[in-house]
Amino acid sequence: MADRISIYIDKKEYFTTEDKTILEAAQENGVYIPTLCHLPETESSTSCRICTVMVNGRPLTACSTPVGEGMEIDNSTTQITEWRKSVLEIMFTEGNHFCPSCEKSGNCRLQALAYRYQIMAPQFPYQFNEREIDATNDKIIQDHNRCIICKRCVRAIKDEHGRSFFAFIDRGHKLRVRLDRKLGKELTDELAEAAMEVCPVGSILVREKGFETPIGQRKYDLERIGADIEQNGQMKNHE
Amino acid sequence: MTQHELKIICEKNHFDRHSLMDILHEIHDHQGFTTEEDIRILSENLKISEIDLRQTISFYHFFACSSRGKYTIYLNNSAISNLKGREEIEKVFIEEGGCVKNGVSPDGLIGLYETPCIGMSDQEPAALINGRIFTNLTAFRAKELLHNMKKGLPLEDMYTTVYGDGRNAHPEMKSIVRNNIRRVGPLLRPSEKMQVLKNQVSQMSPEQVLEQVKLAELRGRGGAGFPTGLKWQFCRMAEGKKKYVFCNADEGEPGTFKDRVLLTEKPEDIIEGMIIAGYAIGAQEGVLYLRYEYKYMKNYLEYIIQTLREEGFLGKNPAGIKGFSFDMRIQLGAGSYVCGEESALIESTEGKRGEPRSRPPFPVEKGYLGYPTVVNNVETFCAAVKIVQFGGDWYNSLGTDESKGTKLVSVSGDCRYPGIYELEWGFTMRDVLEMVGAKETRAVQMGGPSGELVNKHQFDRILCYSDLATGGSIMIFDRRRNVIEDVVVNFMEFFINESCGSCVPCRNIPKLLKEKLDKILSGKGTSQDLADMERWGAMMKINRCGLGHTAAHPILSSLKNFRSHYERKLRKHTDFISDVDLLEASKEAAEYTNREPVI
Ligand SMILES: Cc1cc2nc3c(=O)[nH]c(=O)nc-3n(C[C@H](O)[C@H](O)[C@H](O)COP(=O)(O)O)c2cc1C
Ligand code: SF4
Ligand code: SF4
Ligand code: FES
Repeated sequence: MADRISIYIDKKEYFTTEDKTILEAAQENGVYIPTLCHLPETESSTSCRICTVMVNGRPLTACSTPVGEGMEIDNSTTQITEWRKSVLEIMFTEGNHFCPSCEKSGNCRLQALAYRYQIMAPQFPYQFNEREIDATNDKIIQDHNRCIICKRCVRAIKDEHGRSFFAFIDRGHKLRVRLDRKLGKELTDELAEAAMEVCPVGSILVREKGFETPIGQRKYDLERIGADIEQNGQMKNHE
Repeated sequence: MTQHELKIICEKNHFDRHSLMDILHEIHDHQGFTTEEDIRILSENLKISEIDLRQTISFYHFFACSSRGKYTIYLNNSAISNLKGREEIEKVFIEEGGCVKNGVSPDGLIGLYETPCIGMSDQEPAALINGRIFTNLTAFRAKELLHNMKKGLPLEDMYTTVYGDGRNAHPEMKSIVRNNIRRVGPLLRPSEKMQVLKNQVSQMSPEQVLEQVKLAELRGRGGAGFPTGLKWQFCRMAEGKKKYVFCNADEGEPGTFKDRVLLTEKPEDIIEGMIIAGYAIGAQEGVLYLRYEYKYMKNYLEYIIQTLREEGFLGKNPAGIKGFSFDMRIQLGAGSYVCGEESALIESTEGKRGEPRSRPPFPVEKGYLGYPTVVNNVETFCAAVKIVQFGGDWYNSLGTDESKGTKLVSVSGDCRYPGIYELEWGFTMRDVLEMVGAKETRAVQMGGPSGELVNKHQFDRILCYSDLATGGSIMIFDRRRNVIEDVVVNFMEFFINESCGSCVPCRNIPKLLKEKLDKILSGKGTSQDLADMERWGAMMKINRCGLGHTAAHPILSSLKNFRSHYERKLRKHTDFISDVDLLEASKEAAEYTNREPVI
């Protein structure tokens, strides 16, 4: 067993073990830290930066930083909230997100976070980037308008030899995520569904599955993102 | 290439995907680019998906999936190259050579591409043509080169000057690059090869070596300034079956070229430093990551390594030191500034896109192939050799209270004597400007685009880690230059092109900032735009790596030190002008409807 230690989040003391990341420690204590690119069980990518917290005056990503004894973590200063909102606003202005017509609406983490953080008009100009919709695959459709380049599909969706179906192409603001045309033909139903599941937004869609659960009854239609974690925390506090 | 040829290349590289950079280089050496068919065959041989291969290929500036011409000209587009007349050269290539910017001429003969600083800021404008360096270009030289290309001449026959000074003329290098060493100190003075390994290290324990480096308070010379002794100690303490020493010769920071000169004149010292590091941390293998722009030195460096191996300084028991062995190789990069970041350097050496890793774990715990790895700058290794030779105390007595020893700086731009200067820390900016013969200086970019743009009221500031820190780049701009147009815009374009693109702010904000600059330069800027730039720029500190952390510096530091240059360009009496020009946006509709919009 790893050693039990105490940490402070927003000046409040919590207990955890030293083998945890800040995110894990926060979650088990019912403190919500938003995440987008983080995917448990895969190597962390730390690309979205939305889980940024302050530790000793330094911004660090909660999903990848291990806790330490007595660590003082800020998770809800105005500065941090502003950064998180900015990250969301950039995502909305970099891609082309029309939530009302998106199959993922209500199950989309980006949309859910925008509600949670009350994003209104973004401070950044819309970039109106031209993005394509790749419908060449038999099982899935990839709508690049919605891709937030979180790399979750790249990291998680591999065949039995460990070969990746998705990968990054190019770099900088030209960076895109592409599906391997050839390997894509071998995509099984399970992997296709897993890809859709792994994608936090509506960029990967399994054909004919988009509206299985009607809009209005989906995960974030029913409760705000993070509510489950916070409820756990309340229950724990009651005990 | 044929299936068989590709298979042989893969076989030579043990069908190991981690050798992908070498495999791709061999293909590019052979035919200049990788074809669809090559990718298919490689995918089968290396057992990775085609898209995964494309992930690596598309990341690097010098890898291509289609022909870039029989002759490929990479013309440097750095700010220094610009002020030395790049535009004129480009014009000749385009107008007289039929070249297309960032493309291949219709006849397929000549490709013309822009490329960021190639480490020749003291002899710009310069270009890389089929891996060879051509410096001090003029319109006449450009025409001559075109003429020779049309004749189909080999590159070696296109030189019109004698080879460069010192070892640039070495038969294994034969380059026309000049060293321009203007001031020498302990690092650049002549030294006898492997003398320290033979005389000192062989009499010392690894702990004693480490002790001297710590005593010297040596800090990394690659820019970040991390204490070298501490880094070595962490790596020494880290658990791992193997350990690695990496020499960072990526030298990508625009305006820096001091590592080029060390690699040319002091390769034995660099290698000696790597061996010493290996001894101190318990590593058996070393890798020197050489930027593609310095490919012209590869054969030469390999020759030196092989010679040292034959002389018993590399391999088993270097210089007869028992219980220790160390060998090394060169890894050639393929054009990416961010690959100079130590974890990206390691990713690249593993055959992947050069995306910086998230830390922890740090390379000293988990580096190349997961083994503890020390990454140090070229100059850091050279300094380590002198420290072991003359003692940590001696080194510690040079420099200032908190910055010890000497620093190689690369001076370029508007001055009489651009070149390399070895300086003790503690000189003022004014001293440096006088030393290099700079007149009427308006601005100095300290530490490259990721550093600070200093104005003339700050020339009494001191070169040291706590004031004007630098990895080596000093670019001088005199009164004729415009700070925003000639410097800031160029640096922002550099970062936009060089970001790996992974982090949300780093992928987007530099581009948005550049759009703001364009708006201001077109006369539509307001004070609100300056405030936006400052706020957005401040957000860059939440990025993953040093590139992201500093990519807004050109704007933030010029806003601080040259604010009036911005303010002069702002529209007065208004604090908001829309980013969208409504008249422009509705032009097409107006044409069709034959009605002027009412705005
Ligand atoms: C974007 C970026 C580019 C870098 N490029 C270089 C480089 O070209 N050469 C170098 O030595 N260090 C470079 N560094 C610094 C390295 O990450 C690392 O700190 C250095 O190689 C460590 O060696 P040192 O401690 O001897 O300086 C770069 C860092 C960043 C963030
Ligand atoms: S397709 Fe989805 S999972 Fe993949 S990078 Fe884009 S947003 Fe992330
Ligand atoms: S800060 Fe920029 S260059 Fe560094 S990892 Fe992030 S996106 Fe890549
Ligand atoms: S969730 Fe931590 S960086 Fe994306």
